[in-house]
Amino acid sequence: MMLGLRKDKKDEDAGGVNPFLALEKTAVLQETRIFNETPLNTRKCIHVLAKIIYMINQGEQMGPTEAREAFFATTRLFQSKDVTLRRMVHLVIKELPTAPDDAIIATSSLTKDMTGKEDGYRATAIRSLCKITDLTMLTAIERYLKQALVDRNPAVSSAALVSTLHLGKDNGPAEMVKRWTNEINEALNSDNVMVQYHALGLMYSVKKHDRLAVSKLLAKYTKGGVRSPYATCLLIRIACKVIEENEQENHPSLIDFLESCLRHKSEIVIYEAARALCNLPNLSGKDIAPAISVLQLFLSSPKPTLRFAAVKTLNKVASNHPSSVTMCNLDLEHLISDTNRSIATLAITTLLKTGNESSIDRLMKQIQSFMSEIPDEFKIVVVRAIQGLCLKFPNKHDVMMNLLSTMLRDEGGYQYKEAIVNTIIAVIEANPSSQDTGLYHLCEFIEDCEHGVLATKILHLLGREGPKTPTPAKFIRYIYNRVILENSTVRAAAVTSLAKFGAVCPNLRPSVLVLLRRCLHDTHDEVRDRATFYLNVLESGDTALVNQYILDTLQSSIVGLQSLLVHYIDNPAAEPFNLNQVPITTAPAEVTPSSKTDELITESRKPAVPTKTRQEESAERLAQIPEFARLGPLFKSSPKPIELSESETEYYVRCDVHTFPQHLVLQFEVTNTLDDQQLENVSVEVAGENYTVLGYLPCPKLVYNTPGTCYTLLQLPKDPSLVPATFACNLKFLVKDCDPNSGEADAVGYEDEYVLEDLDIGLNILIQRVFKTNFAASWDEQGDENQAEETYSLYTVKSLNGAVDQLVNFFGMQPCERSDRVPDDKTAHTLLLAGQYKDGVECLIKTRIVFDGVVNMKICARSADPALNELLVSSI
Amino acid sequence: MGQWFARLFSGLIGTKELRILILGLDGAGKTTILYRLQVGEVVTTIPTIGFNVETVDYKNMRFQVWDLGGQTSIRPYWRCYYSNTDAIIYVVDSVDRERIGISKSELVAMLEEEELKDAILCVFANKQDIEGAMTPTEVSQELGLSALKTRTWAIFKTSAVKGGLGLEEAMEWLCNAIKSKQ
Repeated sequence: MMLGLRKDKKDEDAGGVNPFLALEKTAVLQETRIFNETPLNTRKCIHVLAKIIYMINQGEQMGPTEAREAFFATTRLFQSKDVTLRRMVHLVIKELPTAPDDAIIATSSLTKDMTGKEDGYRATAIRSLCKITDLTMLTAIERYLKQALVDRNPAVSSAALVSTLHLGKDNGPAEMVKRWTNEINEALNSDNVMVQYHALGLMYSVKKHDRLAVSKLLAKYTKGGVRSPYATCLLIRIACKVIEENEQENHPSLIDFLESCLRHKSEIVIYEAARALCNLPNLSGKDIAPAISVLQLFLSSPKPTLRFAAVKTLNKVASNHPSSVTMCNLDLEHLISDTNRSIATLAITTLLKTGNESSIDRLMKQIQSFMSEIPDEFKIVVVRAIQGLCLKFPNKHDVMMNLLSTMLRDEGGYQYKEAIVNTIIAVIEANPSSQDTGLYHLCEFIEDCEHGVLATKILHLLGREGPKTPTPAKFIRYIYNRVILENSTVRAAAVTSLAKFGAVCPNLRPSVLVLLRRCLHDTHDEVRDRATFYLNVLESGDTALVNQYILDTLQSSIVGLQSLLVHYIDNPAAEPFNLNQVPITTAPAEVTPSSKTDELITESRKPAVPTKTRQEESAERLAQIPEFARLGPLFKSSPKPIELSESETEYYVRCDVHTFPQHLVLQFEVTNTLDDQQLENVSVEVAGENYTVLGYLPCPKLVYNTPGTCYTLLQLPKDPSLVPATFACNLKFLVKDCDPNSGEADAVGYEDEYVLEDLDIGLNILIQRVFKTNFAASWDEQGDENQAEETYSLYTVKSLNGAVDQLVNFFGMQPCERSDRVPDDKTAHTLLLAGQYKDGVECLIKTRIVFDGVVNMKICARSADPALNELLVSSI
Repeated sequence: MGQWFARLFSGLIGTKELRILILGLDGAGKTTILYRLQVGEVVTTIPTIGFNVETVDYKNMRFQVWDLGGQTSIRPYWRCYYSNTDAIIYVVDSVDRERIGISKSELVAMLEEEELKDAILCVFANKQDIEGAMTPTEVSQELGLSALKTRTWAIFKTSAVKGGLGLEEAMEWLCNAIKSKQ
């Protein structure tokens, strides 16, 4: 007996295996032949249909012929009256990728099923019918669909409501759905929780473009009348959307509604309301306190979903209101030992956000014991959280750095290791005092690192930062070990890194030369080539050469270089190719210390593929406009668009400035925010001293809410000192009134214009940012004789930081050696800027800024062109 | 043994379903005929987009009747339902003299299909209740039915709305024709 029972149990387990595993598409489609048999084997047919649906859901692709044949075979099954089979037929018709023309064939049968007496398959019929129908067929079935919306059977009513919601996503049917509001309203008063929820969803989707109607809807139902918890959740979401869209206004009644929902009897509503309140912008810690206490209760709920939801929301809130979440800390610490690792991870990262300096040591200990138990994805989350904490409490970096290095030595996949390395690098960059330990940990790591990508990344960092440390020599051993032990890619990176030490540290140069000479016997071309090249450059002893070819790598934009080279090959010229013409790549986006710590944690890092920069994109776009084809290569585009009107105004205009050798192209992106107007022939008229307008390229037509672009072409003044200017801008256009609903415009319009804010243009449009690794060397290279200087006092700026920001912005040059970061409590600072002038001449600026109530500064400019130096120092 | 019983049973009661297609141009009255046959009443119909399929019992025989829509856009799909068909009821609107030519060409094209080569053809000259309707002989001539040599066929004057005129006879003939074929 016992044996028998046990055996049964075993069989049951075996039955758990997926019966649809490893389906063969052609075999299944062959099986549809049984649909033609008489009499029909209903059970077999249902099984085959289930297989088809399973395959489709597994992502199996069906060709048009296959889908067509399966579809017509399936329609033959309408002959059977079996309810289960009919439902399966409906499902398969809905899922099959049948061509719309063919699918129409099922219309009559589905309509009959939808209106028939058999409730068992009316809902599925509605869903399939709405899927296959088109606008012309829809008018034929409109009557039945409208009736179904208010059907006494909740399943039918819900199916009709949801299908209508999907239909309404297309413009044509949407117009028709708008006429059904009476029926939708009736469904909204249904006693059934699902029907009410679906009806509210449909009602909102019909009205969502009409602000007044939405607020009426909210006003009516937030006062009561909604029994369904799901509908209440939806109401909460709609309310949040309204609040977010109109941030300036106050919405006391909506906030009251949200708070009242915190006392709802359904947990789902309580959570939704708490989450909504936590996510609302502009709410103080006091405002969200009731929501937090509700979430705190959830933290100790026996239901894992509630615990998860609560801790996830608290984690998010902790970024903005860490102090509000602190009261949950005790509960959160309990959750670290939760059996659900997702909950545990969120709990620990939340604690990391709310933690203060004194609790860090304890937290780190807890993390250490916890890390070995969780999978890599969670570890990465924790690592990011630690990164945030490091930036918040720089003094504690040693504790955290130790933890990070332990983690680096533990088992883990590439992404996990990458996250740790990135974190260490970020900490080093933000906090110079951690540099020595950080670099040392990284060196230890590459001694036994299986990921070539990470090793090269670290070697690059060592080459950049190592030589500037007090004891550069200690890194050489680690780097040279790579040359002996690693694969060719890493060896090549190590050679480059070595050369940088040799370039920056004269006392190390002889030893580096010895090591490089050994690399000449490497088995790999790339390694030998690099070694030969660096050896020759270093042995030449020419500082300029060393600077240019070892420390400052090529900064031309790769895409730009490629297109210019193609052009050069296609149109052979007598003179050699000029590298100065190539646009400089826009500086790599560096993590600025001012950016919020939270962003560092949540933002997923972009893959390091060479994507086109903004400038390269606009260069391509401009090159396609025939009017601008002859202007020559694009020198620089403004880093971000300048707003000439606010986004709430009638016409929202943003401007991009593009500098060409002799010309200036102003690109205006105009958005028409009035839905009862259509604009035609839109252009922006500009007037400024010293500039001649050469032409306008208007935007032919501008409909509501779709941005259009127009251009204005200007001649640059010959004298660069005349470049800085202020332009008065005027938007000119032909207005045609139009029907906001249909979008049809009147035949005749009238001319109108709209005054925009002035556009300021500075010297920065003529200068590109260039990155100098060793600013001092480049500075000395230019020599004293190529220098101009001037002294100024600024009365408007009230801090060193403000002065630095203004100067960087004003010159549009690259701050070097992190001189754009002013340490706190300093009263004097030196800002180093490097750039390339329009004609290819490199220019450097060294500014000594002293702050004693007023900002006093001395600007020194050096470049090969004395006129340029004068221009730079006198431009302020 | 069981098999033998089953065969005996089906022979006695005749439950093997026979497949019949009702075809014809749009507005000829196919759907009305289908429901007249099935429930014995005249129902209000809308143009059939696709098909209707019903089971019709007639004198111990069970028919699975497919009424396919006759609109131009749907006619190309008729062929998807040809296989295993025992008989075709081809419905003609006897009043519509203008389109009798189109009706003929659709009929001819259909009869050429390989899958239908053994199917029995039964033509309904429908709407005989309306004044000025063509007689079955006229319809037969217009459709060129006399040219059919190998096929079992017949034509009946019918009116689905007026007491089901002719439907009884037509079904009687159809049953006999099918029986004699088996």
